[in-house]
Amino acid sequence: MQQSINTVLRRHGLILGFLVFLAAVALSADAFLTPGNILDVLRQVSITGMMALGVTFVVLTGRLDLSVGSLLTLLTVIVVDQHNIAGPFPAIIMTLGAGILIGAFNGILVGFVGLNALIVTLAMLSFLQGLVLFYSGGSNVNVQDAQNTWFAVFGRGDFLGLPVPVILFLLGAIIAGLVLQYTTFGRRVYAVGGNETASVFSGVDARWTVFWTYVLSGLTTGFAAIIMGSRVMGAQNTIGQGYELTVLAGVILGGTSLLGGSGSIWRTVIGISMLGFIQNGLLLLGFAYYVQWLVTWAVIIIAVWIDLGAKRGRVFA
Amino acid sequence: MSHTMDSRPNRALSAALSWLLRNHIWVFLALTVVVFSVASPYFLTVHNIGNILTQGAFIGILAIGMTMVMIDGEIDLSVGAILALASALAIGLQDHMGVWPAICLGLLSGAALGFVNGTLVALSGMHSFVVTLGALIGIRGLVFVYTGENALMVQDFSYTEIPEIYIGPISITAIIFFAMALFFQWVLSSTRHGRETYAVGDNIEAAHGAGINVKRHKIINFTICGTLAAVCGILLSMRLGTAEPNAGKVWELWTIIAVVLGGIRLQGGFGSMWMTIGGVLTLAVLRNGLRLLNTPNYVELMVMGAVLVLALVLDKLLNHGGDER
Repeated sequence: MQQSINTVLRRHGLILGFLVFLAAVALSADAFLTPGNILDVLRQVSITGMMALGVTFVVLTGRLDLSVGSLLTLLTVIVVDQHNIAGPFPAIIMTLGAGILIGAFNGILVGFVGLNALIVTLAMLSFLQGLVLFYSGGSNVNVQDAQNTWFAVFGRGDFLGLPVPVILFLLGAIIAGLVLQYTTFGRRVYAVGGNETASVFSGVDARWTVFWTYVLSGLTTGFAAIIMGSRVMGAQNTIGQGYELTVLAGVILGGTSLLGGSGSIWRTVIGISMLGFIQNGLLLLGFAYYVQWLVTWAVIIIAVWIDLGAKRGRVFA
Repeated sequence: MSHTMDSRPNRALSAALSWLLRNHIWVFLALTVVVFSVASPYFLTVHNIGNILTQGAFIGILAIGMTMVMIDGEIDLSVGAILALASALAIGLQDHMGVWPAICLGLLSGAALGFVNGTLVALSGMHSFVVTLGALIGIRGLVFVYTGENALMVQDFSYTEIPEIYIGPISITAIIFFAMALFFQWVLSSTRHGRETYAVGDNIEAAHGAGINVKRHKIINFTICGTLAAVCGILLSMRLGTAEPNAGKVWELWTIIAVVLGGIRLQGGFGSMWMTIGGVLTLAVLRNGLRLLNTPNYVELMVMGAVLVLALVLDKLLNHGGDER
């Protein structure tokens, strides 16, 4: 009995802690656990959540992608601008295409050339920020016929009582989860992250595996940009700044290891949602928005430490 | 070499060559200086060089601490936030307690936060990327809590005159940067702590086995990094006369760029302050030179990205030391 309680705590301690937090906030703020508020939170996390799906694949191979924030900015600018020029459908195709292209570029540099992932994607962050300013000429872009376009459905629409961005996020999560769990590619991602040398000797082409994870990261950032553009109906030159850190914080909070090989999509969904509920709960309790950053700090440290301590069987290293 | 007689100059030459291979950033720096000198008449003037050194010194001071941490095989993402807190404290507290006590408390806040980072890394065994990513988010929260989202203005303007000391064209800020870089180069090359830094970064198990107190060692280096971030923040608050809550945002990324440009590798065990100085100056020269040429600022961002990747490729080709991940 003692044993099984320990196991449950180790496996799901994070979620139990989260439930305690939810209960505590719900007791002090009536509006917190209402369907309307929960959907609001999910709507807010759908953008970072969508990005985090792709980034999870990258992190599972033991790599990082810091470029997704700048990429989100670029793609949002593209989708909004091209919506005005070419119409919604071509704009969406171009956005997804551009996301895949940038992801592939990262993938080539990290996977095939073998450069350090942190530095390559940091360089890409800077490069893309420049590209945004080049493309937009430094000015903000807005969707011109915001009232009459079906493009609004991605960020603002409802379907069967659920916000469309939430449906897209959950659908993406299910697909990503299935790919990771049940396909050869998914198993290869875990293999490369767990022990790259062993995976190569087992006939996995680590280079292609890493390459495709970056393509996925670019693709999901493309979907996130479509939701973002549709929700805001415009794009500033800094709209995605800092998102790479929020996304990583969510992935890490879920318990996916930066060393690779351990983690899952549902953990990322939990981690990202936790960030959203913490933010929303603190605001409802009347705290200033920046208090959530302090809480996030504490939660990241505690969550990751517990996770690590449980795996190691000891609290201290 | 077939000539055995003149082996001494040859040896000196090959030593110089191997130094240049390791510190190839200095070749690149020389090239950029030449290019900008030709391209702009305003570049190679005493006044502008003084400017570059001052502008570069801020990222440079952060880069010194980052170098210590990186040779250890760790990373510190929280330097930008620590900088903002130290500058807010130095300005916010000086009305209550006077300038120098406020500066000391600012420095202390940086040392304390660096100590917290280092202790968390050492005790928990978490990757420093995770620990300092949390700190980057949380310390920015502390800054906002303290400043209440407002920029703090200095009341007594003699505070902004403190860094207005020049030796020739070189500002005291730049001198502090170079003095600290030289001091920590001495620490790295000539003290026990320095040797241990390379040992820990190279192979932490072996370092532990050899009797190095790895935990205490890492805590010291993170504390150094935090303290230097506070030094940078205080110098910045003197220069600007204000402390903005968003000061130093993404400076951690510029710092990492400067250090990596210098040729220091993220896996640790390798590097020197000479490389860091080279990287810092190259970054400063590129930013200054491109601005003098009136290029739009997207060019600067794109060039920086391209140069960084180029530096990685070059390092891989020259030193066969490319990272696996």
